[in-house]
Amino acid sequence: MKVLVPVKRVVDYNVKIRVKSDQTGVDLANVKMSMNPFDEIAIEEAVRLKEAGKATEVIAVSIGVAQSTETIRTALAMGADRGILVKSDETVEPLAVAKILKAIVEAEKPDLVILGKQAIDDDSNQTGQMLAALLGWPQGTFASKVEFEGDKLLLTREIDGGLQTLKLNMPAVVTTDLRLNEPRYASLPNIMKAKKKPIDEKTPADYGVDVKARLQVLKVTEPPQRQAGIKVESVEQLVAKLKEAGVIG
Amino acid sequence: MTTLVIAEHNNQTLHDATAKVVTAATKLGGDVHVLVAGQGVDAVAAAAAKLAGVSKVLVADDAQYAHRTAEPLAALVVSLAGSYDAIVAAATTVGKNFAPRAAALLDVQQISEIIEVDAPDTFKRPIYAGNAIQTVKSTDAKKVITVRTTTFPAAAQTGSASIEKIGAAANPGLSEWVSENLTKSDRPELTSAKIIISGGRGMQSGDNFHMLDKIADKLGAAVGASRAAVDAGFVPNDYQVGQTGKVVAPDLYIAVGISGAIQHLAGMKDSKVIVAINKDEEAPIFQVADYGLVADLFQAVPALEQELGKIGL
Repeated sequence: MKVLVPVKRVVDYNVKIRVKSDQTGVDLANVKMSMNPFDEIAIEEAVRLKEAGKATEVIAVSIGVAQSTETIRTALAMGADRGILVKSDETVEPLAVAKILKAIVEAEKPDLVILGKQAIDDDSNQTGQMLAALLGWPQGTFASKVEFEGDKLLLTREIDGGLQTLKLNMPAVVTTDLRLNEPRYASLPNIMKAKKKPIDEKTPADYGVDVKARLQVLKVTEPPQRQAGIKVESVEQLVAKLKEAGVIG
Repeated sequence: MTTLVIAEHNNQTLHDATAKVVTAATKLGGDVHVLVAGQGVDAVAAAAAKLAGVSKVLVADDAQYAHRTAEPLAALVVSLAGSYDAIVAAATTVGKNFAPRAAALLDVQQISEIIEVDAPDTFKRPIYAGNAIQTVKSTDAKKVITVRTTTFPAAAQTGSASIEKIGAAANPGLSEWVSENLTKSDRPELTSAKIIISGGRGMQSGDNFHMLDKIADKLGAAVGASRAAVDAGFVPNDYQVGQTGKVVAPDLYIAVGISGAIQHLAGMKDSKVIVAINKDEEAPIFQVADYGLVADLFQAVPALEQELGKIGL
């Protein structure tokens, strides 16, 4: 079984982002970039499938600027076998990403695509579902457990209020939630080995996909700031204040 | 302009997220229809017909929609989409699951989790865990939108829409629902509770969450948790409030032993009144709290329970 894992280069989750003063976007200059955390979970799951003898090859794909190669290297250091970089200097929206991934799936013929449920930059939460739609495959989103039952995928998902289990035909698209696994840190020898693993370079045009944005970003602004209130000295005072504010009692 | 809202429900009752989505949908202008897809959903359809601003309720009653799995629901929505200019759903785990699938089948770039309608084609939405707000204009002829329901008020129950039964669409037959394991609770749901009390890593154990349960029972509140508390295994994931969990905006949010990581703040900072109880006075949670109490939670929480008792709660 071949597994394809798309990974995205995003601002590191520990960085406090700054909105540009001209409101055109978020300042990415000199900011630490990392692999989207949900995508790390996706790579981890794919590598575990390989270690368990279920997957034969894990391919990491990234779509974005040239530096996305670093993100692919991280995936290779975690245990992916080879990479594909689809280079674009433009922002590629989820629908266009899904179209590029569809073309890659048609070329590579994986049995499973595992990807993060959302990227922590644009927070869209769309790509996996869109890819499944375009391929006509089932989708197992927000997965917290992935098992196999015969030729089907038994998938447990995080839903509002609890957990849901689905049985999916294969091939399938799976998107990861936080509790699926805990991603490993790449060891130094594996980081060295990853440098020798192959990465193919492509462009969206190679796949015949038009990446022109459908959504025009008119502006990006700071959220309204919340003012810190007061410190109360005791529980009695707290309860009195809450009564005064009319939120209890 | 006609908008189709996809109802959120459990086959028996209409989730109040739908009333909020209807409010967002009416801001697009034009007619609003609601699709109730499920099994045995007469009561849900009747409730949807009462929502102010809704002119028609479409009911697709069929076993394949019993659990609102993405593949059949998206196929149904796509089969109806020709008559609509916009398709709008709540940004719940159901909406987030089927809406992008429907959008891709319609070749539309979805607009996720809108918090404001500036114009029928222009919306505000949070990015970077709510640390920035993006205003986007859609150039697609048809819009597919999910709505962050905490920012829209519920539509009133003063309507009287017509109810029309429709047939099911062809079932793609790609997936099969096996089971569901829902957290049972007599307390309100996190996303619709007026009061929430949440615990963080400072709670130290799952057992200690019973202290919060007692306060919750007095206040009619829901109990939530930070990601740190979930990661530590104190409580299940569906308790999680934050960017990677549930986004809430109750009238009162009480954060106990929560330091206030960006990812948690993103999920609760739109609450009307925020209370923080933490022994670390430098904790970032105090920067967003209306009332901060620097105290050991193991003394403050039982004291709070007593104090609430004194005012008859």
